Amino acid sequence: MRAIFPSDSQSDAAVSLTGVSAGYEQNIVFEDLSLEIAAGMFAGIVGPTASGKTTLLKIILGLHPANSGKVLLHGGAPVNRVKPGTIGYVPQLGSVDWDFPVTVEEVIMMGLYTNGRIWPWLSRPERIRVRTLAYRLGIDNCLQHHISEISGGQRQRAFLARALINNPKLLVLDEPTSGVDIKTQHEVLHLLSDLNGEGITIILTTHDLNAVASHLPWVICFNRGVVAQGRPHDIFTNEVMTKTYGGDIVIVKYQGHFLIANSTPLNFIDENR
Amino acid sequence: MELFLEPLEYEFFRHALLAAFMVGASGGLIGVYVVLRGMSYVGHGLSHAAIGGAVVGITLGLDFYIGACVMGLLAALIINKITRNNKIKLDAAIGIVTTAMFALGVAIVSKVRNFKQNFEAALFGNILGITQQDLIIIGFVAGVTLVTLFFSYRTLLFATFDREAAQVFGIKTASVQLLFSLLLTFSVIASLNVIGVTMVAATLIAPAMTARMLTDSFSKMMIYSTIIGAVTGVIGMYLSYIFNVASGTTIVLFSAVVFGISMLIKPMRSRYG
Repeated sequence: MRAIFPSDSQSDAAVSLTGVSAGYEQNIVFEDLSLEIAAGMFAGIVGPTASGKTTLLKIILGLHPANSGKVLLHGGAPVNRVKPGTIGYVPQLGSVDWDFPVTVEEVIMMGLYTNGRIWPWLSRPERIRVRTLAYRLGIDNCLQHHISEISGGQRQRAFLARALINNPKLLVLDEPTSGVDIKTQHEVLHLLSDLNGEGITIILTTHDLNAVASHLPWVICFNRGVVAQGRPHDIFTNEVMTKTYGGDIVIVKYQGHFLIANSTPLNFIDENR
Repeated sequence: MELFLEPLEYEFFRHALLAAFMVGASGGLIGVYVVLRGMSYVGHGLSHAAIGGAVVGITLGLDFYIGACVMGLLAALIINKITRNNKIKLDAAIGIVTTAMFALGVAIVSKVRNFKQNFEAALFGNILGITQQDLIIIGFVAGVTLVTLFFSYRTLLFATFDREAAQVFGIKTASVQLLFSLLLTFSVIASLNVIGVTMVAATLIAPAMTARMLTDSFSKMMIYSTIIGAVTGVIGMYLSYIFNVASGTTIVLFSAVVFGISMLIKPMRSRYG
């Protein structure tokens, strides 16, 4: 299966997968997958549950080995030899242990492990770095709060700060829009868009097609392989959605915006008919 | 005042007090990770494996600590190995491996009935059982634990809080887990003659849980837990002398009382803190 996003050369690719097969023992999730995501891209991977989005993300992050094929990151480095700090990662908030005794500052500080400093406490430059980033992300007033005491948006920003503290070239987020309200979703996606504007390549997975349609410039529809990829305007069609999700998806285009519903309501009346 | 000074005239008590202080402090320190990694049962299991090993060692004419170390380390390595791919849960692995090793010790005791070694001290802790050799071993293990945990603070915190993200940031989490298992095994074995097999788990868990009730910060939890472990060790040892009860029993009971008090303080801290 080939789905190549055109880039000038291989070194321009933030992520390059060639003939990658992956799975868990006998269960093959995808085979012979080739995919390139150009440096500077802000891409969202969408697809149904068990479509292999998380496995793809784990392959890119080097958390799961590919059965075969080649996975190269920025500058053509094999995924397991990338310099620590090159990739920033924000996990799904649902996977975080919110009872764990850490403050927001301690969460951000974790990202500074790559500094090579062995003392447990923050150095003065590190403290300034943490505070500056926290201020920029709007969480400087809750640095000493326990992670469970802050709002969903602040939580997302705290983990984003940890991912950004080393100035990564590539930022990977697993479901950053899940479990937060619409306003927070907007804030997070706008923030990511700003970061992308500064040159950071961003890849995220999400189930929220509407958020993707309105905020992301590039979408990869994934179901055990790349079904389609391109600008939301071009690929959010009934055909692609049906191929990706295998069900009845309704796409409404209104004044340049998309509204995607997961099925046709029983009493649906098409007023355009 | 005399009540506190009088027992200090005895060398055995001074030894016991020093041992309880070091065991309490190092147990409190490493206990933070034990609790937060969801390994509360592991101390209990490793102590049982160690006592099984001690019995095997003594049967072969070896020192108590040699047999205990070999079997304890073997148990830790096997548990580490079989739980690495997450197919076998940690509690199940501890249940099978350490119980089998303890059973081996019991089988040997029942077969070789003319045992000269008294295992009562190792089972319940004994104030009179602290030898110069015990003190040296406890001091060495406590020192190594303190230094290792101090210098690997950032790595351990990250790997404990968010293993996947830690891996992405370049931390070799499998090596961290192995290092931690080895430290824990040595700490448990060093505590055996002071606390006793049956109660060593409580000295790892109670100070850490008490500290957790008092703070939401990881660094403060480590400091509080170390102090609480050391103080409860010392006071428990005095209580052991005063009431003429096995030292492990009084230390554990006093730790439980302190934990109970901390549970009363937590709601007040939430309300007024």
